[in-house]
Amino acid sequence: MQYLWVFLIGGLVCMLGEVLIITTKITSARILVAFVLIGVVLQAFNLFEPISAFAKAGINVPIIGFGASLAKGAMGAVESSGLLGAFTGGLQATAGGIAAAIGFAFLFSLIFSSKTK
Amino acid sequence: MKNQQLNEKYNAYVEARIPKTKPWPSLFNSFWVGGVICLIGQGINDLILYLFPSMAQQSAWAWTLIIIIGIASFLTAIGVYDKIGKFAGGGSIVPITGFSNSIASPAIEFKHEGIIYGTCVKMFTIAGPVIVVGVVASVVVGIIYYVIGLF
Repeated sequence: MQYLWVFLIGGLVCMLGEVLIITTKITSARILVAFVLIGVVLQAFNLFEPISAFAKAGINVPIIGFGASLAKGAMGAVESSGLLGAFTGGLQATAGGIAAAIGFAFLFSLIFSSKTK
Repeated sequence: MKNQQLNEKYNAYVEARIPKTKPWPSLFNSFWVGGVICLIGQGINDLILYLFPSMAQQSAWAWTLIIIIGIASFLTAIGVYDKIGKFAGGGSIVPITGFSNSIASPAIEFKHEGIIYGTCVKMFTIAGPVIVVGVVASVVVGIIYYVIGLF
């Protein structure tokens, strides 16, 4: 049952992206930016946690979860270390994902070459 | 005036030339591919928590994301992710695997321009704006949260 909700909500979120692509012809960079911002805003108003408790990976795997972690990290770090946290918290919380994406991309770019089209 | 006519002609030409994606199949494909990617994430997350029951939920999520980012980078490197992307559109862009694909794809494609100016610079053509906007927004949210906390 849990998995059904993950599938449905994750699918709907992704379909929302596709709707944006079809109706406005915006590029993938703007889609990603828009969804990160949605995540930041959801977390800023404390709406992300209740959705996440219910939708699990359905909302955490889409890049909305990345935006929410950024905001959540910043807010959490403000609580523990004051104003400094506003600057350190966001990247601290998302460091794993960013470093993995950069690290794997670099590693694979050394190993593989692009297929000539 | 003449320019405007040319522009209109050009726009009509472009409109006629761009490949038409039929909305309904592409919506359906983005839905189920996106859903499946999220399911895979949930499966990995549950497996991690099953194997390491003492791990905190937050660390399990971090590992989950690192693992699916790794898988997506690899699929990008062997050219599979781009095929999924053509088929699924938003279904492959919106999940964090799309973010990872947006880094790995140019990194590999521009390798021939050198490691620094090819791989390292081009890596961030799409991910750069995402990280910049995300970080700026999170700093703003953090500062507002701090100011609200003062009262």
